[in-house]
Amino acid sequence: MSKLIRNNAIVQDDWAVVQLASPAEETVRKQAGKVVIFKLTGEQAASAEQIAGTNIPPGGKVIVPLAVWQARKEELAPRLAAGEVGLWLETFELVEDLVASVPDLNSLPVIAVHFPRPVDGRGFTIATMLRTRFGYRNEIRAIGDVLRDQLFYMKRCGFNAYAIRADRSAEEALASLRDFSEPYQGAVDNPLPVWRRHARVAAAHAVTVGRTPASHEDEVD
Amino acid sequence: MYIYDDIDQRIVDERVAQYRDQTRRYLAGELSDDEFRPLRLQNGLYIQRHAPMLRIAIPYGLLASRQLRKLAHIARVYDRGYSHFSTRQNVQFNWPALERVPDILAELATVQMHGIQTSGSCVRNITTDQFAGVAPDEVVDARPYAEILRQWSTFHPEFAYLPRKFKIAVNGAESDRAIIQMHDIGLGFYLDEQGEVALEIWVGGGMGRTPAIGAMIRKHLPWQHALSYCEAILRVYNRYGRRDNAFKARIKILVKALGAEEFARQVEAEWAQIKDGPSTITQEELDRVASFFRNRTYETLSDDVPAFNEKLASDKAFANWVKRNVHAHKVPGYRAVTLSLKPTGTAPGDATADQMDSVAFLADRYSFGELRVSHEQNLILADVKKSDLYQLWQEAVRVGFATPNIGLLTDIICCPGGDFCSLANAKSIPIAQAIQQKFDDLDYLHDIGDLDLNISGCMNSCGHHHVGHIGVLGVDKDGSEWYQITIGGNQGNSASIGTVIGPSFAADEVPGVVEKLIETYIEQRTDEERFIDTVRRIGVAPFKEHVYGEKKEAAHV
Ligand code: SF4
Repeated sequence: MSKLIRNNAIVQDDWAVVQLASPAEETVRKQAGKVVIFKLTGEQAASAEQIAGTNIPPGGKVIVPLAVWQARKEELAPRLAAGEVGLWLETFELVEDLVASVPDLNSLPVIAVHFPRPVDGRGFTIATMLRTRFGYRNEIRAIGDVLRDQLFYMKRCGFNAYAIRADRSAEEALASLRDFSEPYQGAVDNPLPVWRRHARVAAAHAVTVGRTPASHEDEVD
Repeated sequence: MYIYDDIDQRIVDERVAQYRDQTRRYLAGELSDDEFRPLRLQNGLYIQRHAPMLRIAIPYGLLASRQLRKLAHIARVYDRGYSHFSTRQNVQFNWPALERVPDILAELATVQMHGIQTSGSCVRNITTDQFAGVAPDEVVDARPYAEILRQWSTFHPEFAYLPRKFKIAVNGAESDRAIIQMHDIGLGFYLDEQGEVALEIWVGGGMGRTPAIGAMIRKHLPWQHALSYCEAILRVYNRYGRRDNAFKARIKILVKALGAEEFARQVEAEWAQIKDGPSTITQEELDRVASFFRNRTYETLSDDVPAFNEKLASDKAFANWVKRNVHAHKVPGYRAVTLSLKPTGTAPGDATADQMDSVAFLADRYSFGELRVSHEQNLILADVKKSDLYQLWQEAVRVGFATPNIGLLTDIICCPGGDFCSLANAKSIPIAQAIQQKFDDLDYLHDIGDLDLNISGCMNSCGHHHVGHIGVLGVDKDGSEWYQITIGGNQGNSASIGTVIGPSFAADEVPGVVEKLIETYIEQRTDEERFIDTVRRIGVAPFKEHVYGEKKEAAHV
């Protein structure tokens, strides 16, 4: 079980993340002798059999794969109306497809983004677009390979919940949300770049420019 | 140059603390190799052939003397007494201990330096013309924009994990010395018809395995939108750039796959959504940043310096140096000087700690305490009084950086290659040295004239071989080291990618091949024609014939 950080606190997670049924036969593509790990943006996430075979718990709050939701909307509609359905998408899936799949995006209490690896940066853009382009106001949760060292960036891109890998400390992860106190650029959490947040000094008032004063030449290190 | 305020300083200090903890967790086994890799890379630390290699950013090539002294200190205390200036205006240490890197970064932070985003799949150090601010052909000083871009790209949360590395270059001079057409994004600054600063945007250029000249996706962008437009480009790339194959992950592949027009259309569509937002650069912020680059007080001097003219006439060695290593300056009575890091017999771009200290001293004495690093791996004193040139030259001779070979065949751009780099197919430094030794006759070198010879140890092209007039590329054939030769590459406004002349050569054949190429040029050139012009006029065939024709004959003997 992974631990959930939500809005700067470690909380009990009352949502179950529904996994896609595994494909009938593993289709492993190879390129230059290496197994391909990343799918390309816009690729098909799951086959019809996988979608049909995905087991959704009969009750409780569920976060279902986008592909399953798209195909099995009718079945899930009453539960969505009860506020008990969230969606998750892979980083290669299009955020536009998710948005198009629900009449009101904010009827979803949670949208989760699955990170296959910590370095798949597409998830950062997905969250950014959900917040800034599509006006999503509820929980955006990072799931998958979520490590504390990426959390600060996730927070800035609009994530507010993180399913920390079970083998890592959630307390430490929480602390890492404060790694930097005053970032340069605007992002979802604060759209203003630093120069619109603070009056910064120009050169005339800055410290010595150019020639090193003699007294500084032998700095004691 | 730009000076940190408390905000900049805190960002760098917090980064050191963060990385110190990441290193601690790695050493304690809490982070796996795979998890630690992207973290250390984004702090400049590679694991190399012999030891880790630490790359320090020199933002757009600008360095203060006290920073150079700090680098010398680090070379002495944490390394083996020298460092290497790279083709991306960075500096590299080849022997630091992984455990001590946090201490090195903490020392660097005290002089406003860092290794942030000098490697990894993120926006890298932004590069520009080494003569920015002083070149007579400059239209717009691009450095304030480069600094604004540096801040914007530092820890950009959305673009910290791109499909692949991302290099931005800016240029504001008529003649492009920053090779903006060979970068992921190249920003060309100019004055539009209204006299306002505007940019042309190049995307998808690059060296590496599939070299490509960038495509101009926008001819005119008002400067206020530089950040939002880059954001649009990066967002499209971050979403659609390939992540399944590292060799196909650069933006140039995406631009090729979509076609430049379609790529431009997607960028424009994205930009339409975000333009005029808070990242629109204000005049106030531009002025603030620009103030750091405008605070020189030049003396009012005559450009006619009789003592200089006398020395020029009487001292041939000085005259040679002036001819190659001294460059025009906007301000009368001033010149820019290139200190050559390419004396025969040393690794191109290397400097010892003592040499760095000496150069820092020269910068303090002659050039406002600042210097620049060029992508040709030399150091530049940009603001030297013409009346000081003779004295400076004498001192540079003593330091060993006065080789009068700037722009000549022996001013070789060369990556660290197989001696240091774990990605290398072949060594590159010994090739550079062998070529320098073969061409050690100065008069002959000056007679050959402008010639860029660039060497890379593998397809990653850190030595820019694609744009060398003569390019040398290390290749691996059945586990042994071979060298492929290209000619006709060029950097600058008429950038081009070199053509392979034929089958590869063994290491000891390379200097001879270069000699043959030069012989062909000397024979075929017309007055005032540079090597590259001759290649462009007569094509590759005559060169090829001379090189391989004789090689065949020799084989028959
Ligand atoms: S070109 Fe290749 S060998 Fe040379 S430094 Fe780059 S990666 Fe290493």
